[in-house]
Parts: sequence; structure tokens; C-alpha cells
Amino acid sequence: MSEFLSQPWPWYVAGPIIGLMVPLLFYVGNKAFGMSSNFRHVCAACDPAGIEFFKYDWKTGTWNLVMAAGVLIGGVLGGLVFANPDPIDLSSSTVSSLQSLGITDFSGFVPSDLFTWQALGSGTGIIVLAIGGFMVGFGARYAGGCTSGHAISGLSNLQLASLIAVIGFFIGGLFMTYVLLPIIL
Amino acid sequence: MKFSDFILYLFSGIFFGFVLMKSEVVSWFRIQEMFRFDAFHMYGIIGLAIFVGMISIQIIKKMNAKDRNGNPITVAPKDSTQVKRYIIGGTFFGLGWALLGACPAPMFALLGSGLTVMIVPIITATLGTYVYGVLQQKLPH
Repeated sequence: MSEFLSQPWPWYVAGPIIGLMVPLLFYVGNKAFGMSSNFRHVCAACDPAGIEFFKYDWKTGTWNLVMAAGVLIGGVLGGLVFANPDPIDLSSSTVSSLQSLGITDFSGFVPSDLFTWQALGSGTGIIVLAIGGFMVGFGARYAGGCTSGHAISGLSNLQLASLIAVIGFFIGGLFMTYVLLPIIL
Repeated sequence: MKFSDFILYLFSGIFFGFVLMKSEVVSWFRIQEMFRFDAFHMYGIIGLAIFVGMISIQIIKKMNAKDRNGNPITVAPKDSTQVKRYIIGGTFFGLGWALLGACPAPMFALLGSGLTVMIVPIITATLGTYVYGVLQQKLPH
């Protein structure tokens, strides 16, 4: 068991488990699986300006905030206690593409050149961490959901809105990957 | 919130976060690999997650299933009359996803794994959400 917990899980194991989050949350409390609303709940809890979008009882989102805390603990368990032993088995094509953009360290989950406090001293680090995070938060709320809420929850329920949002995710993602990232990195 | 609810949501999150780490979904490299169409990994995960979610929702609807408190489960539709918000908002999200290599859940999981600098995108994502709230009436939806 401990060996299983300390290994990377293949897609055909992880995918169905993630999919089961949808019925699990419906069963536990009639909740739609999602994660990005937590940012809105935080805004609603401390909104200083009385913005209409944040005028609701943020405590209705307590379940989601508790779940986000759980995800963080899951990160402690999966990333520290039962950390995967080897570097990610990335496709060699991705590795060479990223090497040509100047990425050198492929040993962790994220490139160490970009994801450190020191990197925040560079323009590149600020763009990746601060601007990247800003666009995820802004875009998720504008689109009404993130990968959990639209790609998994929404598409599971055959929602056209979610399909359009996921198409948007890929328009943005491909433009970033092929056009902007070579300039930024 | 009842203590039993607290525990169940907390453990749902722990479970989810753990799978995200084990399957390397939290990895900036895996997201790059996905957007470069170099591996099936991420597509397999998201595709199977949708498949299992879809079957589950069909069963819930067919059986008129109830939640554990005995209340009928309601699977709410999304508002499909708005299109601009999904395509424009989705594009912003995708730009951020490919740049940061993490969507919201992986941000929290990575922070837990000891990558303390992830607090920065968590704060700016909250800021981005706030800016959306401020601009909402002026943005096309």
C-alpha cells in the first residue's frame, strides 16, 4: 500500500478518481464540484468597497473553503509525505521544446528557474507567478468556472456553456504556449 | 457547519489534492506537455474524469438520487444564453493556465507540497477575481 501511495499514478487510475469527486460532492451535500469560487468567497468575506458581485453571504461557500484546505493537506501528503520518487516521465519532445526556451531543471513538478522567491526579483518570475495567477483568477470568474467547474463538472453534465469555456481555455493556452511564452521566457 | 460536514468536505479535498499530486496534474511541465499535444497523460485524466462524472450524473438523474441528508440532488445547468463570457473569460483563464501551469486546485496542492511561493499566484488570483467583480458590469457577457 505504502509503495502504491509513493508512486506516480497513471492517467487511467487518476482520471476516474477525479471524476468520482462529482457524485461524491453531490452525495455529501448536494454541491457542484468546483474550486475557483473560493477566490470569490474570500473577496466577499473582506470586500471593502461594497461591490455588487461580492454582496452575498460568503459563509455559503464554507464547504468549498474547507475543501480547498483539504486540497492543501492533500498536497502535503502527496508532495512531501508520499512524494513521487523520480522526476516526471515527460515526453522528450516537450523537454527539448522547453530547453530551447531556456528551461534547464526538469527534476521537480515545476521549473526551479521560475518558481522560487528569488525569481520574483526578475521580470519573468513576476509575469509567470503574479500575472499568471491574476489571469487564472480573473478568467475563471469571468468564465464562471475553472478546470474543475467547467471542464469536469460542466462537461460531465453536457453543458454547452462549459464546452465553450473549455474551447476558450485552449485558445488562451495555445496562444500562450506558442506565441507569448517564447517571448516571456 | 456540522462537524460531520466539515470532516467530509475536508477529506474530499485531501483526497482530491492527493490525486492531483500523484497524477502530476499539478506540474507546470505536464500542462506544457498538454498544450503542446506531446502526451496523452492529461487528456486521459480529464477525459476519463468527464466520462465517470457523466455516467454518475446520468445515474443520479435516472434514479432521482438523494444526498446523504435525504434531500433530492439538483444538478443545476449553466447559463448557455451567454456566450461571450465563456469564450473571453475562458481565453483569459487559458492564458493564465499555460503561463502559471496551475489552475486553482493545483495552486493549493503545490502550496501544501512546500512550494511556498505559490502564495503569490493565490493572492493575485484573488485580486483577479476582485477586479472581475469591479468590472463585471462593463465587461461583455
